[in-house]
Amino acid sequence: MMQDASTPTQHPQSLPTRYDARQKVMGKATYAAEFNPPETLYAWMIQSTIPKGTILSVDTSAAEHASGVVKVLTCFNAPKLPKPKIQPPATRFVSLLQTPEVHYNGEPIGLVIAKTLAEAQYASSLVTFKYQAEKPQLDFEHHLAEARMPKRANTPPKEDHGEKEEAWKRAVTVFEQTYSTPFQTHNPLEPHATVAFWVGEKLTVYNSTQYVSGDKQTLAKTFALPLENVHVICPYVGGGFGCKGSSWSHVPLAAMAAKVVGKPVKLVLDRQQMFGPVGYRPRTVQKIKLGVDGDGKFVAIKHDVIMSTARVEDFVEPSAKQTDMLYACKNISTSHKMVDMDIGVGTFQRAPGEASGTPALESALDELAYKLKMDPLELRLRNYAEIDPGKQKRFTAKHLREAYQQAAERFGWSKLNPEPGSMRDGNKLIGWGMATATYPANRSAAGAVLRLMPDGKIMVGSGTQDIGTGTYTVMAQTVVEELGVDVSRVDAKLGDTDLPKAPVSGGSQSTASVGPAVKAACAQLKLKLATLVVDDAASPHHGAQTGDLEIKDGFLVSTKSSAHEPIAEIAKRHGEIEVKGEAEPNEDVKKGMSAHSWGAVFAEVEVDESSGMVKVRRVVATYDIGRLINKTTGTNQLQGGIVWGIGFALHEESALDKVYGRISNENLAEYHVPVNRDVPEIDVTVLDIPDTKFTPQGGRGIGEIGITGVAGAIANAVFHATGKRIRHFPITPDKVLMTPKESAEA
Amino acid sequence: MNPFAYERVMDDKAAVHAIAANKDAKFLGGGTNLIDLMKDNVEHPSTLIDITRVQGLAEVSNGGAMIGALVRNSDLANHADVRKNYPLLSMALLSGASPQLRNLATTGGNLMQRTRCYYFMDTAFPACNKRKPGSGCAALTGFNRIHAILGQSEECIATNPSDMNVALAALQAEVHVEGPKGKRTIPIAEFHRLPGKTPQIDTTLKHEELITHVALPSSASEFATHSYYLKVRDRQSYAFALVSVAAGLMMEGDTIKRAALAMGGVAHKPWRKKEAEDAMVGKQANAQTFSAAAEILLHGAKGYEHNSFKIEMAKNSVVRAFSLALVGRTA
Repeated sequence: MMQDASTPTQHPQSLPTRYDARQKVMGKATYAAEFNPPETLYAWMIQSTIPKGTILSVDTSAAEHASGVVKVLTCFNAPKLPKPKIQPPATRFVSLLQTPEVHYNGEPIGLVIAKTLAEAQYASSLVTFKYQAEKPQLDFEHHLAEARMPKRANTPPKEDHGEKEEAWKRAVTVFEQTYSTPFQTHNPLEPHATVAFWVGEKLTVYNSTQYVSGDKQTLAKTFALPLENVHVICPYVGGGFGCKGSSWSHVPLAAMAAKVVGKPVKLVLDRQQMFGPVGYRPRTVQKIKLGVDGDGKFVAIKHDVIMSTARVEDFVEPSAKQTDMLYACKNISTSHKMVDMDIGVGTFQRAPGEASGTPALESALDELAYKLKMDPLELRLRNYAEIDPGKQKRFTAKHLREAYQQAAERFGWSKLNPEPGSMRDGNKLIGWGMATATYPANRSAAGAVLRLMPDGKIMVGSGTQDIGTGTYTVMAQTVVEELGVDVSRVDAKLGDTDLPKAPVSGGSQSTASVGPAVKAACAQLKLKLATLVVDDAASPHHGAQTGDLEIKDGFLVSTKSSAHEPIAEIAKRHGEIEVKGEAEPNEDVKKGMSAHSWGAVFAEVEVDESSGMVKVRRVVATYDIGRLINKTTGTNQLQGGIVWGIGFALHEESALDKVYGRISNENLAEYHVPVNRDVPEIDVTVLDIPDTKFTPQGGRGIGEIGITGVAGAIANAVFHATGKRIRHFPITPDKVLMTPKESAEA
Repeated sequence: MNPFAYERVMDDKAAVHAIAANKDAKFLGGGTNLIDLMKDNVEHPSTLIDITRVQGLAEVSNGGAMIGALVRNSDLANHADVRKNYPLLSMALLSGASPQLRNLATTGGNLMQRTRCYYFMDTAFPACNKRKPGSGCAALTGFNRIHAILGQSEECIATNPSDMNVALAALQAEVHVEGPKGKRTIPIAEFHRLPGKTPQIDTTLKHEELITHVALPSSASEFATHSYYLKVRDRQSYAFALVSVAAGLMMEGDTIKRAALAMGGVAHKPWRKKEAEDAMVGKQANAQTFSAAAEILLHGAKGYEHNSFKIEMAKNSVVRAFSLALVGRTA
């Protein structure tokens, strides 16, 4: 409903519903694959079926004669491109039919372009490749000894603080253990999809992406185009979780195909194609060593990670990153090494680092607490970090102690009987566990544009993305808050490189980056309006000082008199008014102040004694994430993260075949994620204490912290239920059944 | 997916006539498995003969003992007579797949369901004797966590993924089929095959035959009071069984009068041994008896790199399933 311009509205704190909810539930939200420019053709990606070698020849004759086929592209006939430089995060190693070399099983090696999808798919099955195969390296476990440092030094840095080895001598108790995490695949509901078309030398691409500006750069560079010739559009994304933060092969391939056939080309990946050529979370083996003094205070911590990597390009899953800052300790050492494998390139996956690192670290703390006969929560409180121990810098804000307290109370942790196996419900063993959650607060420079229209509508735009997380809502809400107008007057636009540049929707930074930019644009609008009206005889503010004017409830009001005027009236007289706003990280953060979010997670599980099946009964979590900008989208993000954590703990694993190098369980029936029956009551609360040292709005990102800590809490609860320590995720029934109980003195 | 012809038949005679005329044709029921495999280029029939409108095959009659091949899994599981007389079958069906799949999948189609072996389902793996006879078995050296521990051969270690089939095996169902030469009945134990040297052949059904009904012996309804279908899986729903057990008891006081026992997730067919059931007869219904039956059933089990756990899990599950069967139905 249009707001009645004469009645100022209340100042809403938080939009109650998602800005884009109506479009989505009505099926009117247009996703990348749903764009159909006239005469669109369909491309299907052919992938290698060997892990390593060279393509000797290809027979495309049957495919070329098949019904509907327009073109078959392989390395033998694809247009030669200028060699693109790898530029993460915008670009990963891509396969653009430029070479006959095969680097991993599932690598794109051909493209069939046809009139329909069915014809393209069928014809692709008729293309036969002859390979010269080479012996691949596909065994992670047996090559740990060959692990090397990442090729690009200091990514992440090998941290070494304090006196190193000397410190261990002061430890009264030393605990050491090894944990491992599996390959995982992102599996957003919406697969990757690209629609590309050319008009002369201008390229337009509809793409499902977390970074329109990154795609734009990649495409411009790949095809040697001026940046302004590339237009990337992405109004909606059906989930990304990191795999859409980079431009993978299919994006330039769609553009290449469109160029070759001279028509728009649509290239959509199917579920199986989501496993391998578009990133995954690397496998890790993590060795953790903890030393404490007689009071249970850390004197030394060591966290050494070995992970898998593609031979063609390093991606570092920084699993030990949180260990540098999570607990107070003067001697912390962390490292990351990699084992080369002939597999596709890994990439960021929701909470890269912390998601795989906290299960190991938080399991280790639980094991140490049992060894010390100390409450696991008490061990964490005793080692509470008041400042960032790695950087030796103050935090912008930290209220983790309150989060522990609130979550523990809501869970009933004080009733804990620490004895493993002490709770039972029939055939089910019941266990409790807890862990700390954490994720860095990130923020980048971002821009926004605001247009006040003569009809009173306000367009707010930013070249950011909404990957289902609520960016539309936050942008609209910021305008509502700053200008006091009803949301029905706000027209939010994003996912378009014609809008002001914004960062990748990754690292939980969109709200903290784009929100302040929109806020800055609103401030610019006030300035612009004030400047216009003081010289405008038709305005009640004629002759006023610009500094005495402000926007309140959709009116430009005077702080010195009762003069006020609806902002829409000003646009009626002056025509459309456009302003831009930009925002950069705060000075405090730029100077190295440490910014992180925090949380406390408690879990209750039941373990079936005869089968080893684990079911999570409840999760209670409290977070310190600064100000909760929007309750609906924010709480949803945290709950969704916890569901991911349950999947990390119990279900998710991409099983790599050691002979052929393919993920064997490459579909959603066999790659398990939690289903409704796996998800219990989730009790999420936030402290909601603004962190204005971090952003003017006081919010820190929340996209990823939800997954952290959860798997650790569940693993610890499984131990409490059974007396068994499962150190290799996921905790599947076979492992629970076959793992012996820990001996009492351990 | 390859291009294919589609035809629709309205009665059983026409169905048999159509399939006998074309060795590359396949019947289309619910399509929940066949269409997926066609999309993945594993199955490539030249013609799909749609039998979903064939008259007279979509009813459950005779107190739940006679089940038409076109009865949908949801309808069968929720049929009042089946719930009353054959709750084991109902439980097994409801533990499988998802509501959406059960609403489409048919009884005959479930019998014909193909393995979930990764190496069978992905044509990019070159070695699969079931998909490409003579090509080898990639599962032997691969990720064989979901594979067979009983009755397998060096040619194939795939398992039958169905839950329904396990209950039918325990209840000793019969499969009624119709071919050009008339009708015949196949005991469920002989319907599914072990892989042997010809793992490409899942069942003893001939190409030109149509499944018309599944019949349950009326005496099997005596297991109704004490039966349980236990499914151990990687998540609480929508996952294939690592191990499943269909267990039924006929009790005389504390003594077992007759037992029904079959396992899923462990072999190329539902795994049943008469000796295991017979060993329980006349014994007290307790963990010792159940455990002894499990030992007989699992005799000769052999695990591979990733699935040796199934042996212990299977034994535990037999004991647990009978314990729950003994408690009996609560409603």
